[in-house]
Formats: sequence, structure tokens, C-alpha cells
Amino acid sequence: MLSAIRSIWYVFLHMFRRRITIQYPEQKPYMPPRSRHRIILSRDPDGGERCVACYLCAVVCPVDCIALQATEDETGRRYPEFFRINFSRCIFCGLCEDACPTYAIQLTPDFEMAEYQRQNLVYEKEDLLISGEGKYPGYNFWRVSGAKIGGKDKGEAEREAPPTDVHKLLP
Amino acid sequence: MTSPYPFASIFGILIVALTIAAFLIWVERRLLALWQDRYGPNRTGPFGLLQVLADMIKIFTKEDWIPPFADKVVFVIAPAVIMVTVLLSFAVLPIAPGIIVSDLNIALLFFLGMSSLGVYSIILAGWSSSNKYSLLGGLRAAAQMMSYEVFMGLSLMGVVLLAGTFNLTAIVKAQQHLWYVVPQFLGFVLFMIAGVAEARRLPFDLPEAEAELIAGFHSEYSGMKFGMFFVGEYLGITLISSMITVLFLGGWMGPVLPPILWFLIKVFAFLCFFILLRASLPRLRFDQLMSFGWKIMFPLALANLLVTGAIVATGR
Repeated sequence: MLSAIRSIWYVFLHMFRRRITIQYPEQKPYMPPRSRHRIILSRDPDGGERCVACYLCAVVCPVDCIALQATEDETGRRYPEFFRINFSRCIFCGLCEDACPTYAIQLTPDFEMAEYQRQNLVYEKEDLLISGEGKYPGYNFWRVSGAKIGGKDKGEAEREAPPTDVHKLLP
Repeated sequence: MTSPYPFASIFGILIVALTIAAFLIWVERRLLALWQDRYGPNRTGPFGLLQVLADMIKIFTKEDWIPPFADKVVFVIAPAVIMVTVLLSFAVLPIAPGIIVSDLNIALLFFLGMSSLGVYSIILAGWSSSNKYSLLGGLRAAAQMMSYEVFMGLSLMGVVLLAGTFNLTAIVKAQQHLWYVVPQFLGFVLFMIAGVAEARRLPFDLPEAEAELIAGFHSEYSGMKFGMFFVGEYLGITLISSMITVLFLGGWMGPVLPPILWFLIKVFAFLCFFILLRASLPRLRFDQLMSFGWKIMFPLALANLLVTGAIVATGR
């Protein structure tokens, strides 16, 4: 009986507490920078696409919501011909971001992507590509990788020694 | 003696009671939210006040479904019974001097009788639904309200002894100098607990325990028939709050403010308290409810009656 009265009193005291509700459309919630929401494709510092169309994100995606087609430009640089994410399927697990070898695909804190038409939830490459570098500024895959593309031969990448000439390695 | 303007009183009380009952939906949701550190409905209109209107539109446009296995006549009558009995009880309620529909000299007995009749609504609803959960809810309601009515009546007898009348207006006038909540504090507490049980509010809402009986007696009801139970419940707590005000808190008595405002303030305070009870107390188990009623409340009510009777007899 006493505990009942005490609990009535404690509940009454909650009247003077701060309310924890966030009045959403007027008042935006704080989203941690690493929270996983809308997926974007980032660019390297030169403005080129980071994505090298390796398909790792599409393979790792547990709900198969990523579709892409690889192609190459005239310099030998791989890029996706199309890149499509179906956000009505995406579960925002972030595995694609983990799998990406070039930091191209990233999850951002923007969560406001509701649509009236389901078709509008299918994002194409031009919807996904942003103009900046996202969470990893300064990283440029083609400048640090050993792969040979037009204008950069083997051994010319950053912190890379010229390749060993096996014919001159004789004892 | 009746009021000088009977029709004005009738319609005034009807409209005010039904409006209060409707707005209690909003008040309850906002207050529960307040005590749970959130906001509650605050989008429809100023402070979410139009939530009542939205709820009404929703409940009126819902499919009014009668299950094919139900006892149709009883099924339709049951929700009307609770509305009728509760609204009839408002007839004997002295709200302010002159604002009363019928100043019966057995008003208190009339109120007790009407609240007993209200049980039929619940039992018939549970029975006619032909649903085991509804039937269980109805049976629980029967047992609960029978046993709580016993000491509800007994707890009021102390007031009747002190005032020497069953007439509610006379009871209010007898509290001119001292509200009965002071000499009859035990009776006040007992009546309040019994009133919560009569109105089937938490922690005594076993007939409709949604966790175990999927809404109990009104599982099968939809649309406006459900709405009648809903409004009936809110009217019920309004009635109980008004009765507490009249019997123990001196009705319309109070300084400065006009009598009707005093009455409404007291009633509203008790309505808030009932909602606070809902916010803070868990539902009792059925056997706990029964033993609480018969083993604690009933003897206390009897003792209260005996002591009050002895004091009144010696003082005479």
C-alpha cells in the first residue's frame, strides 16, 4: 500500500522533468557523423570517381540492392557504367562501405529520404555521386595504387619504387 | 424541488458532461504523456486539441461490425445501457445552486442503483459477443463490481449519517462549515478506491485487461458501439469525480470564484488524479483484487460505519 502511494508520488514528480521527445520536423535530431543512412559515392581530390567497379559492394550486400556494370575509359581506368542502389531494399548495414577498397561508397548521416512513389527510391549513379570526398579527404586510389593507367605508368605512384627489372637481377 | 429552468439544466448538463468526456480522451493522453516525459498528441490543432475531432471522425466512419456469431439484439443494446445509466446518474447531481435536473430526496440511492445497473452493460456485452475472452471479461466485471459496490455503498453511509439525508443538495449544504473529507477521511479513501473499480479504471481494469483478455468485454465491438463504451468509461470517471466532490469536498462551496467554477475545478482535480493512478499503478491480479475488496476494504468500510454511527449516536 505504501509502495503504491510512493510510486504515485514518483510518477507525479515526472511532471517537472524535461521531456525527451524531439519535435522532429521542426527540431532535427543529432545524428552521429558515423551513423549509417543515405549511401553516396564519393570522388577523389582530383574530382574523378573513386569507384573502380570491383563489384565487392554488390557481392557483400545481404539484400542484393546494389547493381552496377564495370567499364573502362580510354586511359584504362575502371569505372561503373551504371551504379544503382534500390533503397526500398537497402537495410543500411554498412557492409558495402566496409567492403569498398577505394572508400568510394560511404554511408552518410542524412536519413530523410522518404518518397511517395516507390520507384523514386531507386537511386542512379547521378543521384549517388557527390562532388566531395566524403569521410576520407585526400585519399586518391589511382595515385597510390600500383595499377597502370593512362598518364601513370608502373612505379610512378606515390611512395612507390620503380619496378625491379628481373633481367638485371642476375647474381 | 427542481431547478427553475429544467430544460436548460438538462441540455446544459448533457452537453457539458459529453464534452468533458470527449475532451478527457485528449486530456488523458496529454497527461499520461506528461508523466512519461513525452508530449502526447500535439499536432492536430492548438496543443493537439483537435485530436478529439479526429478521433470522432475516425470512430464514426469505421465499419460498424456485428459478428455473425453474436447475439445481435443484446450486442446492440449493451453499449447503450452503460451510456443511459451513467447519464441518468448525472440527473441527480447538484452542480451549483439551481443547476440540477432532479433534486431527488433519495439521490444517493439512485446513484448507487444506476451504477449497479451499469454492470449489466458489461456482462451483456461480454455474453453476447460469444467470445471466450469477452465472456471472461464480463464475468470478471460482474464479480468485481458486485464486490466493490458493497463497500462503495457502505463507505457513503458515514456521510449519510453525518448529514442525516440522502439528498445530495442537502449533503452539500451540510458541508457549509467543514467538508466531509475531514471527519470521513477513511470513507473518502474507500469511496475513491471503489469508484475507480466501478469506473473500471486502472489499476482495477480487469474486465478489459488488454494484456490477458485482448480488451475483454469489448473485444468484438467496433465503430461507434466501441465508442459508446469508451465515452461511457470517461463519463463514468467524470461521474465518480463529481460524486466525490459532492459528497466529500463540499460540492460547489468555495471562496471568491463562482460556485460552478469551484465544482468544475474539484472535479477536474479528481479526473487528473484518476489519470495519475493509471500512469503509476500496475493492474492487480484477479484474486488480489477480490481479496483486497473483501478482506481489507469491506471490513474497513464496516468499521468506519460503526465508529461514525457511534459518534453520531453519542453526540445526539
